[in-house]
Amino acid sequence: MTRFSTTVDGTRYEDEVEPRLLLVHYLRDHLGLTGTPVGCDTGNCGACTVELDGDSVKSCSVLAVQADGGEVTTVQGLATDGEWTALQTAFHEQHALQCGYCTPGMIMAARDLLKENPDPTPEEIRRGLEGNLCRCTGYQNIVRAVLAAAAEERRREAPAPRSADTGRPDTRPAPAPATAGQEART
Amino acid sequence: MTAQATTDAPRPEVGRSRTRKEDARLVTGRTTWTDNITTPGLLYLAILRSPMAPARIDRIDVAPALERPGVIAALTGRDLADELGPMPCVWPVTEDIVMPDHPAVAVDEVRYAGEPVAVVVARGRYAAADALEAVEVDYTPLPPVLGLEAALADDAPLVHAGKGTNRCYTWPLDTGNYAAQKARADVVLRRRYTQQRLIPNAMEPRAVVATPPTASNEYTLYSATQVPHVARVILSMVTGIPEQRLRVIAPDVGGGFGSKLQVYGEEAVALALARKLGRPVKWTESRSEGYQATHHGRGQIQDIEIAATKDGEILGLSVDLLADMGAYLMLITPGIPLLGAFMYPGIYKMNAYTFRCTGVFTTKTPTDAYRGAGRPEATFAIERTMDELAAELGLDPIELRRRNWIRHEEFPYTSIAGLTYDSGNYEAATDRALALFGYDGLRAEQRERRARHDPVRLGIGISTFTEMCGLAPSRVLRDLRYAAGGWEAATIRMLPTGKVEVTTGTSPHGQGHATCWSQIAADVLGVPFDDIEVVHGDTRAVPQGMDTYGSRSLVVGGLAVHHAALKVVAKARRVAAHLLEANEADLEFTAGTFSVRGSPEATKTIQDVAYATFSSHDLPDGMEPTINAGHLVDPDNFSYPHGTHLCAIEVDTETGRARIRSYVCVDDIGKVINPMIVQGQIHGGLAQGIAQALYEEAVYDTEGNLVSGTMADYLVPAAPDLPDFVTDRTETPATSNALGVKGVGEAGTIASTPAVVNAVVDALRPLGVRDVAMPCTPQRIWQAVTDARAKGART
Amino acid sequence: MIPAAFDYVRPDTIDEAVRTLHDGGEDAKVLAGGQSLIPILRLRLAFPELLVDLGRIPELRGVREDPATGSLVIGAMTTHHDVIHDPLVRRHAGLLAAATETVADPAVRHRGTLGGSLSHADPAGDLPAVLLALDGEMVAAGPRGRRTVPAREFFVDYLRTALADDEVLVEIRVPRADGWGFHYEKFSRVAQGWAIVGVAALVRRVDGRIAEARIGLTNMGSTPLRARTTEAALAGAEAVPAAVASAADAAAEGTRPATDLSATPEYRAHLARVLTRRAVLAAAGTE
Repeated sequence: MTRFSTTVDGTRYEDEVEPRLLLVHYLRDHLGLTGTPVGCDTGNCGACTVELDGDSVKSCSVLAVQADGGEVTTVQGLATDGEWTALQTAFHEQHALQCGYCTPGMIMAARDLLKENPDPTPEEIRRGLEGNLCRCTGYQNIVRAVLAAAAEERRREAPAPRSADTGRPDTRPAPAPATAGQEART
Repeated sequence: MTAQATTDAPRPEVGRSRTRKEDARLVTGRTTWTDNITTPGLLYLAILRSPMAPARIDRIDVAPALERPGVIAALTGRDLADELGPMPCVWPVTEDIVMPDHPAVAVDEVRYAGEPVAVVVARGRYAAADALEAVEVDYTPLPPVLGLEAALADDAPLVHAGKGTNRCYTWPLDTGNYAAQKARADVVLRRRYTQQRLIPNAMEPRAVVATPPTASNEYTLYSATQVPHVARVILSMVTGIPEQRLRVIAPDVGGGFGSKLQVYGEEAVALALARKLGRPVKWTESRSEGYQATHHGRGQIQDIEIAATKDGEILGLSVDLLADMGAYLMLITPGIPLLGAFMYPGIYKMNAYTFRCTGVFTTKTPTDAYRGAGRPEATFAIERTMDELAAELGLDPIELRRRNWIRHEEFPYTSIAGLTYDSGNYEAATDRALALFGYDGLRAEQRERRARHDPVRLGIGISTFTEMCGLAPSRVLRDLRYAAGGWEAATIRMLPTGKVEVTTGTSPHGQGHATCWSQIAADVLGVPFDDIEVVHGDTRAVPQGMDTYGSRSLVVGGLAVHHAALKVVAKARRVAAHLLEANEADLEFTAGTFSVRGSPEATKTIQDVAYATFSSHDLPDGMEPTINAGHLVDPDNFSYPHGTHLCAIEVDTETGRARIRSYVCVDDIGKVINPMIVQGQIHGGLAQGIAQALYEEAVYDTEGNLVSGTMADYLVPAAPDLPDFVTDRTETPATSNALGVKGVGEAGTIASTPAVVNAVVDALRPLGVRDVAMPCTPQRIWQAVTDARAKGART
Repeated sequence: MIPAAFDYVRPDTIDEAVRTLHDGGEDAKVLAGGQSLIPILRLRLAFPELLVDLGRIPELRGVREDPATGSLVIGAMTTHHDVIHDPLVRRHAGLLAAATETVADPAVRHRGTLGGSLSHADPAGDLPAVLLALDGEMVAAGPRGRRTVPAREFFVDYLRTALADDEVLVEIRVPRADGWGFHYEKFSRVAQGWAIVGVAALVRRVDGRIAEARIGLTNMGSTPLRARTTEAALAGAEAVPAAVASAADAAAEGTRPATDLSATPEYRAHLARVLTRRAVLAAAGTE
């Protein structure tokens, strides 16, 4: 058994665990943080993606003891006071999830992507999510959701819009909701 | 200007892209996947699986596992045979079908790699996994049975020695005189296509929690299943737990695609162990374990022959199918290829059709439903063949289809296979798709690239499909020898506070039933969308149901909600009339409010009526004090969505890589409840159909081991591997149901695979390539080009 | 799936790591980024009794320049992500940054390390061929001190390197490739898939000619390989498609590619020729 401590979603934990314990099983079975699911055993699917010390990682390919002294954020730690992040909102509004099993990992991976590239192209989004598999959506609405969240985050970061004659607010539009404009019109 | 904005009626819910009620817990991680469930005293089940197939079990000893720390129990198949009956197949498609015994855990012999041979129960996940290593098993390998044709040879080794044959059944269908039609044909084209085995890959691996009776007298089984109601019936038969004392709950379920349309041995074993040990038991599949233990899909060899005139008029069609059952018959294994039997003629008119399917046992993981189940195979064969026939006749493949398809004015139309297509407009969908695709421009580019011998060729693939879904009219199921019916149930409870509880027998796992059923009920009842709660996936809360598969949920289950709501309104009308002291016939019901014609100030809302019924102080004499209602729908017919899918693909003839450049589909699924959700279903369906065409295959080696045994080897496409899709719809309402709706869950998968492969072959046809086996891997495409060039050089 | 039990130590220094490995014998294994090892343990394809986690040894991370030689010195535990974003690597060994960007996916690149990839020596891994093309050197620390192994001697066989059981790869030395054009051409079936074949090309151009080319091949044998015949044919060749194609025809010479689910040896040989042509043309800037 190995002693270690880690902070998960803002709460610090001290534990003694077997060194072989996977971080994802620590989260799920020891802390009861079941928002992060397990989807494979080879690191391919990305369902278990969390943030460790600021970086996205696949928590099935990290030992819990490797997170010693570290800070973990899971999908359960994203919303503050019940207010969703732009990504969570965008996944909902753009219908970027169906069964939702890949969603926690997808959101965590997208969050990492936007941190490095706040204004990605659709191709960059697809590339940035290459380590996360979804079997329901065909990815198209996930790409749209990340675009929408990026636009929303840029809007929030931008200085407050000024009047039209004194300055130019960020006018780049967020993508319209999932069906508008995307389904070709007759 | 037309006057329109003056009506009081709120905007109808049906037809709106409502964002989903389901999402809040899913985007925040407040989910209830089965593996999340924990309960005091929970034990963990792990399953030892055969590392080879087939083999005789010479000796098995679980005693050493019992010595391991934390182990509570360890049992062999023989130990469990006292606890459990065999796992049933409920679809004996012919009278003389061969149905082998299928124990949940093998006794004496294993027939596929991954078959359970022993189980251990321990205090933790890790302890259970460790204890498996201690179980001792001696195997004597037996000869594997792998190829479908080889399996039918006289001297083939037998998967089930006692049965004397590897032939499971042969099922024929003949209409018209194919031989006569063939005799008068100018062209007879014969092709063989192989439907590779696929692994469904729902993102949530299977999981089960079985709890013994505690507070109440019932067992509870939580399971990642599509079919809690079916599972309850089957598992009570297998375990002997009386049905009324077994509750099955499908909590949040992470996708299914047919793989959870199953009742699995692990569910039965978990219940048996909960009973034996008196403690709750959890089992969670690992992904690579699931690759062997969860049923596979497809796995067919199709010999298809089409007879036509030189003008391209189809005269007849002959299909001879070998279908891989795998080592055992699971819940509906034998019936899957027969769901395609009626679909080979597709949207085309012809004079004769002959079909034969032979089910074959092999020493591989059993097959069963995978998205589309039978219809993708049929659609692939006919749509590939149509492109081949067009090439043979020198016709544009669209033109060939036009000459043969059922025209919109001909509906309802009884197909040569005997199905009555209620509605459709193939012309409209095709015209729309061609326009969106830019068909003529792409053809011009294709010619130009061919002319300059561009190593990157452009191919255009077409798929004009229909399918039968919305399973199913119970009488048809009787004729097909399926053991159960095809109805679906819904109830609506009008609560005293004015809120509404809808129960549905469908069991969603990503489809958005809670949202869509709310939309349907809201319109009929005139109550706010947000006031409706949809309850599903729990046999205690929803006593009747046939669950979710075969694109049936909306066209059967959604329809049941609609009819139940109509019944509620009818009952409420009687109460309202009583309260308003008016005749029922004089009442109008708009936007949830009853009013008396001519005196608009006298009103009762449906919520008023619900409360009045709850109090029951003043109801019509003799009236049962409720306006709640239930309804069961047994559909009159299948549902026949259709559409035109067009794929442009660039094939690098140097490397063999095929890259989809554009994909356009125009689907006609009749009336739409929620366009956003419909589009999501199409997207996901396309991804899975394209995956079959280009990426995925369950590969076995010559000894019968699954080589593509992990997610690193079985290539589920990720975001960069798929294109953006252009989707659109035409809307030809179904005439077979009151909502005018058709199923959409499988359409994308059914339609897309042949569109993609047709495009690959179309790109390479001038080089002499006539087919590329699925998945069209770079190696296969390169090989096809290389072989065709060599052949061209020789001749 | 769940790993079998093991002991775990996390040394603070290289010396301590080496000592622990030495004492642990053949049942001790180094845990670097764990992105290959942990899945292997989960599938129970390996059963080490002791894992020596190099994750907290500061001197194993980061990139610096060796003032004596000008070479880059990359700590073995530098993650793929950090390699990709390191300004020194980008400036002087762009090939390594470009190839590392194709490794697995972003989350794996946050944990996976250059040293871990090289020590794992998977012939389908992208980075061994890159180091071969860059004429890199590996610095190993063991109980008998440090030694430097050239990349061409480091990869011994399938999943086997010149490292002894009690040696730790501590540094990767990469000579500057300033002024060289570069390209890594990876061919995989899906985005996150392993390379069926990969070609790492470095080209030095002088006056429209290829003065020198170095080509590393991924997954064309049990170890990464150099396409020596093609390199020789390219020396002095015109940087034009015909000349490059003709030289690339020899790219598969001396290779012994394997058969697997994605490819036969013949197909791999063919791919090596096509991808070498493309990689060299891209590296030469004449694509």
